[in-house]
Amino acid sequence: MEKFIKHVGTGVPLRRSNVDTDQIIPAVYLKRVTRSGFEDGLFSAWRSDPEFVLNKPEYKNGTVLVAGPEFGTGSSREHAVWALQNYGFKAVISSRFADIFRGNSLKGGLLTVILPQEAVEAIWVAIESDPTTAITVDLETRTVSYKDVTVAFELDDYTSWRLMEGLDDIGLTLKQTDAIDTFEAKRPSYKPKTLPIRI
Amino acid sequence: MGKTLAEKIWDDHIVRSAEGEPDLLYIDLQLIHEVTSAQAFDGLRLAGRKVRRPDLTIATEDHNTPTIDILKPIADPVSKLQIDTLRNNAKEFGIRIHSLGDADQGVVHVVGPQLGITQPGMTIVCGDSHTSTHGAFGAIAFGIGTSEVEHVLATQTLPVSRPKTMAISVEGTLKSGVSAKDIILAIIAQIGTGGGQGYIIEYRGSAIRELSMEGRMTVCNMSIEAGARAGLIAPDQKTFDYIKGKPHAPEDFAAAQSYWETLFTDSDAKFDVEITLNADELEPFVTWGTNPGQGLPLNGSVPNPADIKDSEARGAAERALIYMGLEAGTPLKKIAIDTVFLGSCTNGRIEDLRAAASVLQGKKIAPKLRMLVVPGSERVRQQAMQEGLDKVFLDAGAEWRNAGCSMCLGMNPDQLAVGERAASTSNRNFEGRQGKGGRTHLVSPLVAAATAIRGTLSSPADL
Repeated sequence: MEKFIKHVGTGVPLRRSNVDTDQIIPAVYLKRVTRSGFEDGLFSAWRSDPEFVLNKPEYKNGTVLVAGPEFGTGSSREHAVWALQNYGFKAVISSRFADIFRGNSLKGGLLTVILPQEAVEAIWVAIESDPTTAITVDLETRTVSYKDVTVAFELDDYTSWRLMEGLDDIGLTLKQTDAIDTFEAKRPSYKPKTLPIRI
Repeated sequence: MGKTLAEKIWDDHIVRSAEGEPDLLYIDLQLIHEVTSAQAFDGLRLAGRKVRRPDLTIATEDHNTPTIDILKPIADPVSKLQIDTLRNNAKEFGIRIHSLGDADQGVVHVVGPQLGITQPGMTIVCGDSHTSTHGAFGAIAFGIGTSEVEHVLATQTLPVSRPKTMAISVEGTLKSGVSAKDIILAIIAQIGTGGGQGYIIEYRGSAIRELSMEGRMTVCNMSIEAGARAGLIAPDQKTFDYIKGKPHAPEDFAAAQSYWETLFTDSDAKFDVEITLNADELEPFVTWGTNPGQGLPLNGSVPNPADIKDSEARGAAERALIYMGLEAGTPLKKIAIDTVFLGSCTNGRIEDLRAAASVLQGKKIAPKLRMLVVPGSERVRQQAMQEGLDKVFLDAGAEWRNAGCSMCLGMNPDQLAVGERAASTSNRNFEGRQGKGGRTHLVSPLVAAATAIRGTLSSPADL
């Protein structure tokens, strides 16, 4: 995973709530067996509308998506995170994220930043009046800043450390193999197994 | 202080706990399907890692599979590659797989319980958000992303932060014609699509206890639509009876049951949030909008966004009415339906098919309406045919298909056309979910069947 320490880019205002994973990437795009190439499916239904924000030239190069509450509700598809990353987004700002989407994003290095709704509204106003506004998402100081505004966000120390180091979760867990072995040895024998097959 | 059911199961699975870090949880079972696993197996190969416990892992094909001509080669080459990739990965890593044509193929959340590998007190994960279904057995079951699928394959554990606990008590008695689906749709309408965020929900109360195991699965299934990763119900005699006799029921059933009987919320345990619903007042429920929280009793009318105080919810309602092609004030029962979909991990089990067939028996579906009946698994399909339910559906004019996720998510050829309106027993009414431009109203199997006959959203009482 790529390290995330600080990102500076321009914002894309997505003034919608409940942006679900079927909007972020519809199921018909989930047939691929790779982790790349999902950018064409990102918001595909909405992108057929010329007025949709991603179709506006002034937001074409945005890397920070600023969305309404309940972003990422719906399915567990990590393809939603990949589609946003493949398109070029490095961070998503919203007042509320769905649990599974947020977990997936933080595993994959797409920083999801939770700010109060008033702060999200203020960013919308700023980037709508001047789409070239630079937004800095700084994980070291856990702040979002633009123009003369700086807003702090919360993220637990463990996740921040993992993102800043770009650490592979599996590698970290494999260091606990002894603890897993010990736990496994004590599991009750009546717990079900899928093998050998019984029918 | 006592513990809640979720806390008991959680604590029984902690491999490692450290201040300031997520708990490392042991995972008793991982279910695999074709759509969210390929990249995980690739990751294992790249890192030279093995699957730690193939014997706690099981795969089936469901999301992307056709529901007709299932034994012919899959027409879409991209779909075919995805299915072939799963089959090859299962073979390479020694994982049990139930492929198209196999007696135990079907929607992953129907297959687990019918094999008896879903049991109380377990931790169960799957790269699918409706994994919460298995919570009906008193298990902590939740959906995960592909990176986590890979993590569980490699380590049989997952680092997860402890969720908060929410109790939703449904007390009283359901009226005739009101079912588990109506309970959960009413709950989501009340707490909203984000109401359960960060929580494990425990469903309790007399109306929940009265539900069959399959009804309980319907309720737990849609926990994620209320934002909760997991929902569960304390196991009881119904749970034990359901598991008994299933292929993977414990050989030492008594030992297992004596543990299962400890799985309940202690009387002095505290939930972070408690909510109560009156079952006596519940009516058949239907969604009118484009998220599962936008629902109302079937006797109601399409709401007027102007009446909604919260500006965010008002904007969402305005957009939803445009997408759904609905006028504020229209009685829901006046809404004409083109397609009825009966199936999915929410309502594709045998009791769901029986409920719909009981309404359709000896009747015909409305002219021009199409009805798709897609059993949740091949075993459900076989059982239904033994009971003659296939004939009831076919005689009524419905299509009788093979098992799979089908039109629930429109990944295979079973899709709505632009502007087509469906009454669907599935779980999501998102824009385009069942096909680009398609419009979805979520309903129970009873409402689906009555709607198929009348051609407009209806309950059996309207017939």
